[in-house]
This record gives sequence, C-alpha cells and structure tokens, in this order.
Amino acid sequence: MIEAIFEYEFLQNSFLTGAIIGIIAPLLGVFIVVRRLSLIADALSHVTLAGIAASLFIEKKFLLFSGLNPLYMGMIFSVFGSVLIEKLRSVYKDYQELAIPIILSGGIGLGVIFISLAEGFNTDLFGYLFGSVSAVSRMDLYVILAISIIVITLIVLLYKELFLLSFDEEHATASGIAVKRIHFIFIVMVALVIAASMRVVGILLVSSLMTLPVAASIRFAKGFKQTILFSVLFGETSVLGGLILSYYLDLAPGGTIVMIAVLILIATIVIKKIYSARPA
Amino acid sequence: MNTDQPIIQIHDLYYRYEKENVLEDINLSIPSGAFLAVVGPNGSGKSTLLKLILGLLKVQTGEIKVFGEDINRFKERHLIGFVSQKANSFNTGFPATVYEVVASGLTKKVGLFKFLTSGDKQKVFEAIESVGLTKFINRNIGDLSGGQQQRVFIARALVSDPRLLILDEPTVGVDAQHVQSFYEMLEQLNKDLGITLLLVTHDIGTISNKVTHVACLNKHLYFHGNSHEFEHFQEHGVSEFYGYDVNLLTHEHHHHHEGVKR
Repeated sequence: MIEAIFEYEFLQNSFLTGAIIGIIAPLLGVFIVVRRLSLIADALSHVTLAGIAASLFIEKKFLLFSGLNPLYMGMIFSVFGSVLIEKLRSVYKDYQELAIPIILSGGIGLGVIFISLAEGFNTDLFGYLFGSVSAVSRMDLYVILAISIIVITLIVLLYKELFLLSFDEEHATASGIAVKRIHFIFIVMVALVIAASMRVVGILLVSSLMTLPVAASIRFAKGFKQTILFSVLFGETSVLGGLILSYYLDLAPGGTIVMIAVLILIATIVIKKIYSARPA
Repeated sequence: MNTDQPIIQIHDLYYRYEKENVLEDINLSIPSGAFLAVVGPNGSGKSTLLKLILGLLKVQTGEIKVFGEDINRFKERHLIGFVSQKANSFNTGFPATVYEVVASGLTKKVGLFKFLTSGDKQKVFEAIESVGLTKFINRNIGDLSGGQQQRVFIARALVSDPRLLILDEPTVGVDAQHVQSFYEMLEQLNKDLGITLLLVTHDIGTISNKVTHVACLNKHLYFHGNSHEFEHFQEHGVSEFYGYDVNLLTHEHHHHHEGVKR
C-alpha cells in the first residue's frame, strides 16, 4: 500500500486530500457541534449534490464544457445554499431550524431533476455520493489545499470571536462584536469545506466527518482547544485508516472512513463508562 | 474620567413592544460607586431596561447616557460588564474551561485578528482569583456548581476592567446556601474595587442591607433613592406597588416564597 501511494498519482492525490480534509472537517465541526448546527452540514451537502448534478448535466449536454470540474459548481451551490440558509433563518426567526429541511429538500429536488435531465445515473455520480479513491485529480488537490489554508488562517485569526459566538451569542452581541458578519464567514467556510470533502468521503457522509470525531472528543476533552485537538486527531485517524482499509478490502472509502469514526466514538463512550465507574 | 459624573443617566425614557408601552417616563441616575438594586415583578420591564442600557435594544423615545455619552455613540463597551440571567441556562455540555470562558470576556477589548498578550492572560488569572476560582481554572465549566458557574461569568465580566457591572437576577439557580456568599462577593467588588453595580433582582430581602440605592420598577419607576429612603418607602408604598403583601421585601432571613403570587 505504502509503495502504491508513492507509485500512483491518483492514490497520492486522494491520500493528501484525505489528510487535509481530516484536519479541516473536524476543525469546523467543533464549532458546528457546540452551536448545535449539525444538520446544517447535512443540508449543505445535499445542495452540493445539486451543484455536482448540474455540472455533470452541463458537461453532458454541452460539449463546450467537457472539461468542467464538478467541484467548482458544487462549491458555488454550497456557498449559495449557506447564504440562503442564513436568509431563511432571519425570515423564520422563531423557527430557525426550518431553514434546514427547506434547503435540504430543495437541494435533493434540484439534484434529482438535473440527474434525470442528464438521462440517468452517471457512474461519476456514484463516486460523489459515497466517495472514491480514484476520482481525485491533482487540480482537486490544489483547490482543496488552497481552501484549507484559507479556512485554517481564518479560524486562527477569528478564534476568539468564533469561540465567544459559539459559547454565548448574546454576550458577543452585547460586547459589540460583529456577530452577523463573523457567522456569515463561518457558514461560508463550512460550505467550502463540505464541497472540498465530497470527493473523498462522499456527499452523504461529509457531515459525519464533521460531527462524529467531535462527538467522541467532547466525551472527555478538557476545554475547547483540547476538544479541537482530539477531534482533528480522530478525524485524521478515520480518514487515513479508512482510505487504507478501503483500498485493501476494495470498499467504498466514504463508508469505511465513517465506520472507523463510529468505532472511535463507541470506544470513547465505553472507555469513559469504565473509567468513571472506577473509584478514583 | 470624571468620577462625580453619574455612570448612567436616563431621561424621559419610553419603550414599546408592538403597541404596548413596557417602560414609561423613566428618569434614573446612577452615581459612580453605587450598588443599585432594581426591583420589580415579572414583566415589569426590568430586562428591557437592561437591554437598552447594554445597547441590545435601540432607544425609541428619550435618552440614555452612559459615562456621559449618548448610548448610540458609546463605543467603550468594555467599561460595562454584564452577567445575564441566561448565564444559568447556558449549554452545560459546552467543552470550555473556566480559563477559556473568562478569557472570552477580553474578545472585544483585544480586538479583531489580535491575540491575547501575556498581560491579558495575567488579567484573566486575576479575574479568576478575584472570584475565588483559581483552584478550578482548568475544569470544564459544566463540571462546576451553579454558584461557581455564576462566579465564572462574573470573572468574565470583570476581566475587561469594567467600571459598571450589570447583573440580571444572578442568583436564579444558585442554591440558597451560596447566595449569601455570592452577595458578599459583590459587596467586595463594589467596596474594594469601586465598581458600580446594577443588580436586577426579585430578592431584595437578602441584599437590602448591602445595596446603597434601590429602584422599584413596574413600567414606571415607583421609587428611586438610597437604601435608607427605601426603608421608609417600604413601610408605606411597596405592598401597593407589588399589589400583594411582600414578605419578600423585608429584612427577615427566612423568605416566605410560598406566600408570593407570581
């Protein structure tokens, strides 16, 4: 396997991409989970699907766009979806969670229409749904690398604000922080990372890579920074472990990655139970 | 800064939600160094008044001046510390240590894209020390008792060196045995550090011997004066103001909550 990674460019691409996603997805995931916005990731991933389906449709129908990378259209749709969620949340002030099913079903609806317009299931699409080791191009890798640099820089620079916003939005507002702007930047970052992650993990499983490592970490971490640290560690373990296993056993990488994350989560719950049952 | 200048001046303030006035004709001045208790029944407009002072709501009619400046132009928000009622109902599963929560009180003061200096960190330690929680500095906030959590929020408010500290019913959810020591700590902050305190509470009984000023609010301001004047007012006007017999507002140590209609 290790030799294969060095030998085949497509394996290099997916491993490097996976390694990057293993960091940024759980990193953003920590903020998503503590703000109880886990379902937003789901909604956005389905909007991304619509973007990809649209891109595949255009590619098929108009030869002019034959080289079009579905990643771009996925990102555009995802970011657009995130803006729409924020708009809907301000329209339904008392039912903010309504924005999520609206966007989620809208995303699927649009996606299905594009799929049917493109006359049926494209084999590519299967890879986007469940992840694929072979689909990642060098160009994808560069785009995802650029996104991750932007995301990590923004999180470091806005860490104080994002923390306060997550912990106590009212206090953030009262102390004069530009809450709306910071939140907007955050949600756009989430949209970008979801679109970036879909190649490897697949659209249907992206949100789990943002939430499961955090769910495990939050069981025992002391403090916010430690929660981030362990989330990234678990996320990275899941992605790299999942990619290696899926390559050897010829499984869908997305599913394997997520199942490793689930196993880690179960392990932390069990270990915590044993540990706290033992007298100190 | 001129210390004789009132910390807060409110002139002819009205506020309405939809068509109903929740505050009418409020005139209030809080001198520097005061420990003011704002008392009033539920729905009396206390929270609205606080939100206006904090700039969470926009003034509709009338005027609020903080530190001599019109609230709409006031920029030095870090001079006002705020401990909200909601502090008691935050997400207790939130993975943040006492240190992290208190440090978040410096967010605005430190500024966008900047990091805490070692001097800032020292301030965080001092604030935690001043509420007596140094022992718990690396504990997750969810693992502390209600009273300790409330102290964390006080420390978060103190860390930016406020001259005014606003507390909205801070003892809701704090067990009775810790309420007294909590108020003693507030008294210390007021006397030792000279921080002006504005405390909104139901529970005037426990603190009427600690505060310097009292304001009774029920849409109108029924009484505003120092605590000696308040004792006089209490004997004559309070029952009428609340509309029921208020054992709660006496100096007795046993509160007759069961007698109070809500």
